[in-house]
Amino acid sequence: MRRVVVTGLGMVSPLGGDVETTWKNIIASKSGAATITRFDASEYKCRIACEVKPADHEYGYDAGLDVDHKIQRQVDPFIVYGISAASQALRDAGLDNMSEEERLRAGCSIGSGIGGLPGIESESLVLANKGPGRVSPHFVHGRLINLISGQVSIKYGLMGPNHAVVTACSTGAHSIGDAARMIAMDDADVMLAGGAEGAICPIGIAGFAQARALSTAFNDQPEKASRPYDVNRDGFVMGEGAGVVVLEEYERAKARGAKIYAEVIGYGLSGDAYHVTAPHPEGNGGYRSMEMALKKSGLSLADIDYVNAHGTSTPLGDELELGAVKRLFGEHLSTMSMSSTKSAIGHLLGGAGAVESIFCILALRDQIVPPTLNLDEPSESCKGVDLVPHVAKERKVRAVLNNSFGFGGTNASLIMKAV
Amino acid sequence: MSETADRVKKIVVEHLGVEAEKVTEDASFIDDLGADSLDIVELVMAFEEEFGVEIPDDAAEKIATVKDAIDYIDSKQ
Repeated sequence: MRRVVVTGLGMVSPLGGDVETTWKNIIASKSGAATITRFDASEYKCRIACEVKPADHEYGYDAGLDVDHKIQRQVDPFIVYGISAASQALRDAGLDNMSEEERLRAGCSIGSGIGGLPGIESESLVLANKGPGRVSPHFVHGRLINLISGQVSIKYGLMGPNHAVVTACSTGAHSIGDAARMIAMDDADVMLAGGAEGAICPIGIAGFAQARALSTAFNDQPEKASRPYDVNRDGFVMGEGAGVVVLEEYERAKARGAKIYAEVIGYGLSGDAYHVTAPHPEGNGGYRSMEMALKKSGLSLADIDYVNAHGTSTPLGDELELGAVKRLFGEHLSTMSMSSTKSAIGHLLGGAGAVESIFCILALRDQIVPPTLNLDEPSESCKGVDLVPHVAKERKVRAVLNNSFGFGGTNASLIMKAV
Repeated sequence: MSETADRVKKIVVEHLGVEAEKVTEDASFIDDLGADSLDIVELVMAFEEEFGVEIPDDAAEKIATVKDAIDYIDSKQ
């Protein structure tokens, strides 16, 4: 089987318009949460989110750097974020100017959990209030989930596989895992892989709040709301943004002298077959996806130094993931660290698995693991697990595991290590 | 320049993200301003909103340049 490595990174997040700004803020224990500004949420049960900040903010995002004005107007934010992250990743890999022959073997696998919800909402109102003749001709292709991959392939002339995963909050991890397999199976030599989300809009916040998934007890202290594993956690904080990596066949990357961040060595995926929103009560789905990734990686548990948890800050989900991790790692729990960066940037839904995989890669690069913010009072079951409370921790990091679990009972785990 | 022309050009600049100097009356939406057929559908909708006129599909199909749009709108007002 061909080996697959990561040679480029790109990101748009609530803590930065690029990878390095976000990572610096994550390591500095900053929070991207604040009162919602996109719309007046004062009458909503949940009034907070981790929004991507405007360009003039200290760690804001400038869409104009990589996305044409016309496209910005026509498509939903998740597509704009995705194009930006993909552009950054290609440049970082030094692959933004490939030959036609190379581009025939380069593809995209960039998905989203929900897709163009803000645009679906606003155009539905146009339809209701002004009639069908006023609906935008760009409505459909400006909202479809595969249109990040579509737009990016057009922008850079990438003629290889063009794919988009839709597995709720597992999307980003599945995208990377599936794309790595496409390279391993010789369908492509280079793949842009990741996920994006931009669903902070009235119907998005109302819908998740009605599903009892969002934090509602910290509206007056937004930065305290995302608190995975803490006894006072009460739901997730919605985030937005995108993460995209460049995956490349190892021999090709080596031959061109590329900077190699990590090798993707394990990918596991499973279904809970239990409930649409609640995880399996024993965390069996998550356990099996981690176990499969581990088996594929050829590593032993003792080799894994850092786990970036799904850890959304929901009362049930955190507990069950923790249980599954404890059951899997057993005696090796004492040597690893696990944290949830959702404490800082919220839950990027379809983007989560991708941005969190990038954090894992940066933990490998910098030999430092990011913190779990707001872990003031760990729940009983946290005993014996290093959840890296409050501050980042320098430590040896040889291999990393990223978990992502989604509505519908869909689970993905990725294992990466330094080359 | 007529008031109609000013308003038409403003809409074109906003929708197509092109520089105002490029939006001359002779400019072709597709050949000079980078529009595709769906962009023209959207522009026509914006003209209809802005000027309170109705531009039926067969008339819209004949609007190729900025001047075509201005003339059509003026003829209906």
